[in-house]
Amino acid sequence: MENTLLLSYLLLVPLVGAILLLFFPKKSENGVKYFGLLISVVTFVISLIVYGKFDSSSAAFQLVDKFVWIENLNISYVVGIDGISMLLILLTTFLTPLTLFSTWNTIKHKVKEFTFFMLLLEVGMLGVFVSLDLFLFYIFWEAMLIPMYFIIGVWGGKRRIYASVKFFIYTMAGSLLMLVAIIWLAVYASEPLGVFTTNLLELYNVGPTVPHQIQNYMFLAFALSFAIKVPLFPLHTWLPDAHVEAPTAGSVILAGVLLKMGTYGLVRFCLPLFPQAAISFAPLFSVLAVVGIIYGALVAMVQKDMKKLVAYSSVSHLGFVVLGIFALTTESMQGAVIQMVNHGLSTGALFLLVGFIYDRTHTREIADYGGIAKIVPIYSTALLIASLSSIGLPGLNGFVGEFFILLGAFQSNVLNNWLYTVFAASGVIFAAVYMLWMYQRVVFGPVKHDRLNSLKDMTASEIAIMVPIFVFIVWIGIYPSTFLSMTEVASNSIVKTVLSVSVNVIK
Amino acid sequence: MDITVQDYLNILPLIIVAAGILISVIIEMYSKDSERILPWFSIIIFFSAGYYALFTVNSQTIAFYNMISTGGTSNIFFFLFCFGGAIVTLLSVDYLKKAGIYYGEYYIMLQSAVLGMMLMANARDLVMIFIGLEQMSVSFYVLAGFNRKKHLSNEASLKYFLLGAFATGFVVYGMALIYGTVGSMSIDVIISKISVVSSNPIFIIGSLLFLIGFSFKIAAFPFHMWVPDVYQGSPTTVSAIMSTGGKAAAFSALFIAFTPYFNSVDYKIFQPFISVIAVLSMLFGSIVAISQTDIKRMLAYSSISHAGYMLIGLASGLSLGTSGVIFYLAAYTFMNLGAFGIVSMLEGENDSKLKIEDYKNLGKSYPLLAGLLSIFMFALSGLPPFGGFFGKYYVFISAVESGMTWLAIVGVVSSVISVYFYLRLIVVMYFKDGDEIQSHSVSNSALLGVVISALIIILMGVFPGSIIELISTFVA
Repeated sequence: MENTLLLSYLLLVPLVGAILLLFFPKKSENGVKYFGLLISVVTFVISLIVYGKFDSSSAAFQLVDKFVWIENLNISYVVGIDGISMLLILLTTFLTPLTLFSTWNTIKHKVKEFTFFMLLLEVGMLGVFVSLDLFLFYIFWEAMLIPMYFIIGVWGGKRRIYASVKFFIYTMAGSLLMLVAIIWLAVYASEPLGVFTTNLLELYNVGPTVPHQIQNYMFLAFALSFAIKVPLFPLHTWLPDAHVEAPTAGSVILAGVLLKMGTYGLVRFCLPLFPQAAISFAPLFSVLAVVGIIYGALVAMVQKDMKKLVAYSSVSHLGFVVLGIFALTTESMQGAVIQMVNHGLSTGALFLLVGFIYDRTHTREIADYGGIAKIVPIYSTALLIASLSSIGLPGLNGFVGEFFILLGAFQSNVLNNWLYTVFAASGVIFAAVYMLWMYQRVVFGPVKHDRLNSLKDMTASEIAIMVPIFVFIVWIGIYPSTFLSMTEVASNSIVKTVLSVSVNVIK
Repeated sequence: MDITVQDYLNILPLIIVAAGILISVIIEMYSKDSERILPWFSIIIFFSAGYYALFTVNSQTIAFYNMISTGGTSNIFFFLFCFGGAIVTLLSVDYLKKAGIYYGEYYIMLQSAVLGMMLMANARDLVMIFIGLEQMSVSFYVLAGFNRKKHLSNEASLKYFLLGAFATGFVVYGMALIYGTVGSMSIDVIISKISVVSSNPIFIIGSLLFLIGFSFKIAAFPFHMWVPDVYQGSPTTVSAIMSTGGKAAAFSALFIAFTPYFNSVDYKIFQPFISVIAVLSMLFGSIVAISQTDIKRMLAYSSISHAGYMLIGLASGLSLGTSGVIFYLAAYTFMNLGAFGIVSMLEGENDSKLKIEDYKNLGKSYPLLAGLLSIFMFALSGLPPFGGFFGKYYVFISAVESGMTWLAIVGVVSSVISVYFYLRLIVVMYFKDGDEIQSHSVSNSALLGVVISALIIILMGVFPGSIIELISTFVA
C-alpha cells in the first residue's frame, strides 16, 4: 500500500511550526501568537482533510504510512487510524486552536515558550492517537510529558512545582513498567513471528496466544500506565493537583485530550493485545470505574473551589468511560468513545469558563460569588449550557454517551450483573446535584459581594471561543449519528475480536 | 607473522595521539604561548585520530603478535574517546583560566589519558589492557589534582590514586590467576581454551577479581566510594572526561575480557554477581543523588546509577547487550559531557556557584544554557526522544532476551526514582519565583562543545538506526 503521508503531515506541521517558533525574535509576541494559532488551524484543516478521506465503513486501519526507522531492531514508523482514533484526532486539533486563542490575553510572560510547548504537546497527543508501532507510541506517550510538565510548572499557580513533579513522576512510574511489558511482548513474539518487532498489527496476532497467567501480568503493566493517565480510582490523586495548578489552557488540554490517551490506550492496546486477561480483569476494572464515578461525584460535591470541582467531576465522568470499555459490548464501547469526546468538550468548556471569570476576579472560591446572573447574563447562560452538558441532560451531548454506556453495561455478558448499571446511574444523579448546586451558588441568589457588580460580561473573543464548542455539544446531543457512525465499525470490531479470541482460546 | 606496514596503518590513530603527546611536550618546552597553542593542537590531533579511526572501521585485523585488534568496535571506541577528548578540550580553554590553572601540561595529560583509553579498547591481550589502564589512570591521578592549590583537588587526587592503585591490584591479581589456569594472557588463547578452563574455580576467581577491579573504574556500587569526592574535587572538565571516557574505556576492557565467556555455560556463574552489582548501583546511585545539594556530587551519583544500567547489558551475556552498552556509552558520554560542560561554564571562582540552588532562574538569565541543560537532564533521565532513552531501551531488551526481566524492572524503578533529582534541576532553573540575574561571561568555545553534544544527543534519539547498525555489525 502506498503512503498517503496525510497523517505524517498532521504530525509534521505542528512539529515544524514549533521549531520555527524558536527562531522568532523575543519581542514579537503578537507574531508568535498569530503564528501559533495559524499552525494549529492548519493542523485542524489537515485533520478535516483526513476526515474527508476516511472511510468509516471499514474496520481496518486506514491512511497508513510506513517507513523503516531503525532497521536492526525492526522498528518502523507506522501510523494509521480507525474510527476511534479519527474522532480523537478531531477533538485534539479542534481544542488546540481554541485553547491557544483563549490564552491570547492571559499568558503574559514567555509567550513564545508557551506556544512552543503547546504545539509540541499537540504533536505528542496526535502521535499517540495515530501510532501503530508500540515503540513509536511509547516515544510520543513519554515525550508528551515534557511540554505538559513545563506548562504546569512555569505558567501554573502557587503550588505548581509540587503539582508538576507529581504529575510527571506518577505518569512516568506507570509508563516505564509498560516499557518493560512492551519489550517482553516483542521478545516473546519474536519466536512465532521470526523477527523482533514492535509493530502493533503483527503483535495483535501474537498477544492473545500468550499464556493466560503471563497475559495477566502484561495486561496489568499496560493497564497501570493507562489507569494512571485516565485516572482510574484510586490512582487519581495527581489529577486535582495538576488541574488546579495548571493554567486554564493546560487544564483544558489536560482534561480535554490528555486523559483520553489513557482510555484510548485501554481500547487500542490492552483489550486486543490481551483479550483473555481483559475479560478476567473486566469485573475489577468495572468496580473501580463505578467506585470512581461515585467517589468523584461525592468529592466534587463538597469542593469549595470551582476548578477542583470540575477536576473531580472528571474522575467521575471518566469512570463512565472505563465502565463502557470493560462492559465489552458494541453499544458501551461506542458510548465510551463518544463520552471521551463529550467529556473533552464539556469539561473543556467548564475549565474555560472558570478561567474567564478567574481572570476577572482572581478567585475560584464558590463562596466569593453569588447572584451574578443579572450582572453577566451571557456568561451565566454559557455556564448553564456547559453544566447541563456535563450533567448529561437529554438533548445535549453528555446524555448520549452515558446512555449508551449504561445500556451496554446492562446488557453486558462479560459483567453479567445489573448492579454496575444501578450504581453507575446514581452517578448521573450526583452529577446533577453537584453541578446545579454549584451553579446555583455562583449565579443565583443575592449579589454577595459589592465588587461583583463591576464584573464584565464575556467579550466577543471569549464568545467566539465558546460558540464552536457549544455547536458540537448540541450537535452530538441532537444528531449523534454523525459521530456514532464514525466509531461503530471500529468499536464493533474491537469488541468482537476480544470476545471471539478469548472464546476460542478457552475452548 | 611479521609486523607489516599495514599494521602500522591500522594503528595510526594510536600513533597520531602518541606523536601528538610528544610534539605537545616539545611545544610546551619551547613556546611561551603553549597554553594558547596546545588546546587547538590537541583538538586537531583528536579529530584526525578520531576520523581516521572512523574511516578505517571496516579493516578489522589482529596485529602485533596478537596484542592489538584494530577496526570494528575498537575503532568505534577510538572515535568516541577522541571526540569526547576534543569536546573536553573545547570546554577547558576558558575554564582553566577561570580556575587559575592555565597551564599547557593539562592538555598533554588529557591526550595521554585518551591514549590510555584507546589502548584499553583495542587490547587483545590482558597485558595490553593493563598498560592502557595504567596509562589512563596515572594521567587521571595527575589531572584530578591539577588544581594543586586547593585542598579538595589534592584530596581528590590522593583518594583516587590510593583507591585506584588498590583496584589495579585486584585487576593484576585476577590476571595472574587467569594466566595460571590458561597459560597465556592472550584473549585468543583464552577463547580457544574457554571450554576447558571456564569451570575451573581458580579461573572463575581470577575473572571475578578482574571484574571487581574494573567495577572501581566504572564506578559501580559497592566500589564507588571514591566517585563523589573525586568528581567534586577535581577540576570540572576533568570530572567530565573521567566520568565519560574513563567509564567507557573500563567497559570496553570488561567486554574484551568477558565476551569470550558469553556462549559458555559457565557464564551463568557470573550473571548473578554482575546483576547484583548492577541492581545495587542503579538503586544506590538514584536514591543517594536525591539528597545531594552540590551539582557535581549529584552528577557523580547519577554516574554510579548509569554504571548500573550499563552492567545490565554485560549481565545479559548477549551480543545484543554488548551493542546496547556501546550505544548507551556513546549517548551517556555526550549527555554527561554536556552536563559537566555547562557546570564548568557556570562555575564561579573558588568553587563557587556549584550548588543546585545557584542555578535558580537560569531559565531567565541564560535561556540557551538552561535549555541545553534541560535537554541533558531529560536525556540522562532516559526520556524520549533523546539518545539516553534509546540506550536504556536497548539494554532492557537484552535483559528480557536473556530471561532476566526482573533486572529490567529494577532498571525502570530506578529510572523513576532518578527522574526526581534530574527534574529538580529543571524546577530550580525555570519554576521558581524571583528575578535573580546572574552574571557570567559565557565561554564561546565551551558553548560550541556543549551545543555539539546536545545535537548528537538529539540525533542519537531520533535517528539511532545508522549508529546501531554500525555497532551491531562489528559486535556480532
